[in-house]
Amino acid sequence: MAEARYTVVGGGLAGLMAVIKLAEAGKHVDLLSIVPVKRSHSVCAQGGINGAVNTKGEGDSPDIHVKDTLRGGDFLAEQVSVKGMCYAAPGIIYLLDRMGVTFNRTPEGLLDFRRFGGTLYNRTAFAGATTGQQLLYALDEQVRRYEADGLVTKYEYWEWLGMVKDGAGRCVGSVAVDLRTMEIRSFPAEAVMLATGGPGIVFGRSTNSVINTGTAAGRAFIEGAAYANAEFIQVHPTSIPGADKLRLMSESVRGEGGRVWVPRKKGESRPPRDIPDADRYYFLEEKYPKYGNLVPRDVATREIFEVCRNQGLGVGGKDGVYLDVTHIPAKVLDAKIKGVMEIYEKFVGEDPRHTPMIIFPGMHYSMGGLYVTFQPGKDDVPEVNHPKNQATTVPGLYAAGEVDHAYHGANRLGANSLLSCIYSGMIGGPAMIAYAKGQEKKAPAEVFESARKYWVDRFEQIRKLSGSENPYQMGAELGDWMTENVTVVRYNDKLKKTLVKLAEMKDRWSRVNVLDVSNNSNRTLSYVNQLWNMLELGQLITQCALLRDESRGSHFKPDASLPEPKTRDPREDAEWMKLWQVRNDKWAKTTVARWAPNGPEVSYEAVATPVLAPEPRWYA
Amino acid sequence: MSTPNEGAAGKKHINLKIWRQESPDHEGRFEEFKLPYVKGANVISCLMEIQKNPVTADGKKTTPVVWDSNCLEEVCGSCPMNINGRVRMACSSLVDKLEDPITLEPLSKFPLVRDLAVDRQRMFLALKQVKAWIRIDGTYNLGPGPKQPQGNHAQMYTLSCCMTCGCCLEACPQVQPDNNFIGAAAISQVRLFNMHPTGAFTADERLAGLMQDGGIQDCGKAQNCVEVCPKEIPLTTSISAMNREVTMKVVRDLFFEDVAGKGVGGPG
Repeated sequence: MAEARYTVVGGGLAGLMAVIKLAEAGKHVDLLSIVPVKRSHSVCAQGGINGAVNTKGEGDSPDIHVKDTLRGGDFLAEQVSVKGMCYAAPGIIYLLDRMGVTFNRTPEGLLDFRRFGGTLYNRTAFAGATTGQQLLYALDEQVRRYEADGLVTKYEYWEWLGMVKDGAGRCVGSVAVDLRTMEIRSFPAEAVMLATGGPGIVFGRSTNSVINTGTAAGRAFIEGAAYANAEFIQVHPTSIPGADKLRLMSESVRGEGGRVWVPRKKGESRPPRDIPDADRYYFLEEKYPKYGNLVPRDVATREIFEVCRNQGLGVGGKDGVYLDVTHIPAKVLDAKIKGVMEIYEKFVGEDPRHTPMIIFPGMHYSMGGLYVTFQPGKDDVPEVNHPKNQATTVPGLYAAGEVDHAYHGANRLGANSLLSCIYSGMIGGPAMIAYAKGQEKKAPAEVFESARKYWVDRFEQIRKLSGSENPYQMGAELGDWMTENVTVVRYNDKLKKTLVKLAEMKDRWSRVNVLDVSNNSNRTLSYVNQLWNMLELGQLITQCALLRDESRGSHFKPDASLPEPKTRDPREDAEWMKLWQVRNDKWAKTTVARWAPNGPEVSYEAVATPVLAPEPRWYA
Repeated sequence: MSTPNEGAAGKKHINLKIWRQESPDHEGRFEEFKLPYVKGANVISCLMEIQKNPVTADGKKTTPVVWDSNCLEEVCGSCPMNINGRVRMACSSLVDKLEDPITLEPLSKFPLVRDLAVDRQRMFLALKQVKAWIRIDGTYNLGPGPKQPQGNHAQMYTLSCCMTCGCCLEACPQVQPDNNFIGAAAISQVRLFNMHPTGAFTADERLAGLMQDGGIQDCGKAQNCVEVCPKEIPLTTSISAMNREVTMKVVRDLFFEDVAGKGVGGPG
């Protein structure tokens, strides 16, 4: 190929932002996406994007945003990148505004901001309750402009299969399959970025889109990229249970005043609106008077679990609590969160403006992902245009967005994901250019051909699988096991059983029936390949959960938790502080996993804390 | 719809009649499937069940159905199909509200890919034709964007919820597989970007896009688009608004082109 090309895989917010940065620098980009980029999963984000613009006279600042984020993540987040992100946030929101995002406005015509979980400030810019959709469209439009200018070539309905590496182990390109013609070809590149999102479908039903199998991350892991903090899986407190997926009910519902409650009396039979306030148990507000319904997600999720599973107070004796907005005027709801009101109405058939919604936690987000690095610069923020930023452990392979591990530690704050996606793409694109500058140009042609041939052979092997196992059944079985044993509450015996199960399923994989041998849009062929990578990720997540013998953020083990402190502010309980310190010294570390044939090899790396020293996390 | 199976008391099964066609070059046919009834099921969840056991109602093994879907909450725009003869999003088509048997057919205005999957590339090309973007100077931090009144925002937000699903094109008698009418979605996007304070600077470029071959002049005002839009976007209002702007541009171009060319005056 005559001119230098870059490959970005994934057309969500992170990928598109990286593409824009590359194209803006005049670089040619091949953008590979498994769906048309406008249909990427970022479209599902609802509530908003955080940035301490401080338009409400509250004294908010990027420093407080940094602190909320690091505390929210229980001090596992990569601090340099978090600081860079929070400081860049107001500028990112302005940029999006300039791109035409239809953010809600104040009467003066300024950007409006609302509250979200894990903070006490109105810091979240929003476009109704479809902020992700609006942001994705804005970036999609800018990329379309570059596409019209000839700098970006989109390969939609192309699935990334794996890296092409040269003799020195550098990533010099990719192999991908056209999901329509089933053609397999290589894409040489100066550098490759994976912006392929999270692994929600490993958990079967989740709030994620069906493409979020994590397959690319799983494959990159197998091919040598380290994976970090795999055990940290966010279960969103409020989703609508469904047979095909768990539909998200945005945190913005609570940000706009929604209240979570259950009837005080077990077996309550009155309809919710007939239950007087005195008979309602607003358990989050009672237990966390300061943050109320806007405690961080891991906390809210555990409390809902506790109330339903341990206290038996779930609505109708089942899994489910009320999320109530009926006290808010319908007009206000429609102006601010219409998108999610309609989702509830359409899929449940009841109008949440008049009847309290029934919701339950659902798997939502992976804080962990491909291990990436940053170059600390002045003021402990990433040095721009440095090749180390967003770099995986494989030279030439970058990762950004949910697929990277860096920004959210043990628990992500709501409305920080849209931000981290855009920020990571924004510094990742220039990092790829900086990396390419320092590399010798040519990789030998054979490496591309042999990588392509590997995948042609692999797909031919899969096409011959004619056993008795249905791959989609196996996917559902994987999801059931992961959801039951590796989400909100984790026990070592169950995690061990899950590992045995996963090993058994890997064995069964070779007895799959491919169901379809055609050569046109053969989705099952691709799915069977993905299923293997999903099993690898399932093992990785479970193994890391088993090894981390403590509770931190979203990772909760009743058998390895600290006792409740005796004072509301735990820092006043000297005995408890000693226990906390011991725990922190041992476990405030990044989990780093490397692929090995017999299961992941896991080690722990101290988290550098140039920005903020760890402290106990409490929200009462 | 005549009598939907609302509530579906005593219902034991869901019957589906699904269009199967391996490629545009193959003959197509219907296949019938019978699934156990599940409360709250939608068309996609039924297709997922069939994947897990791809066997027809008369016990014949078949291949899993090929279709497009992604978010399953009607925001990504992937899954429109002709369901019982009407175009709609499959994910939000609840079985309880559909007459049984449920017939699934691919969109007819787009090239078939396989079974229920079609190629909607023409919609993205249309967005390119009308330059559906804001021309920003760059992605550096250049400070806040323009102030905008709340009323404007409400209107623009409604327009920006368009997910390029293609329902409006499918329902439009003017859109045909072998013509290039851009359809209501792209026209409505011009309205959105021309309403934006910065977008207005380049409004004429977008109007020029609407005046090209396959542009707004091909609209036959059948008004089917607005009927089928899953996001209830006021598409016909957008079309008439853009018709007015295009007419005004034609007049402007006619009377002021020479004057403007000589650089002696503004738009008058």
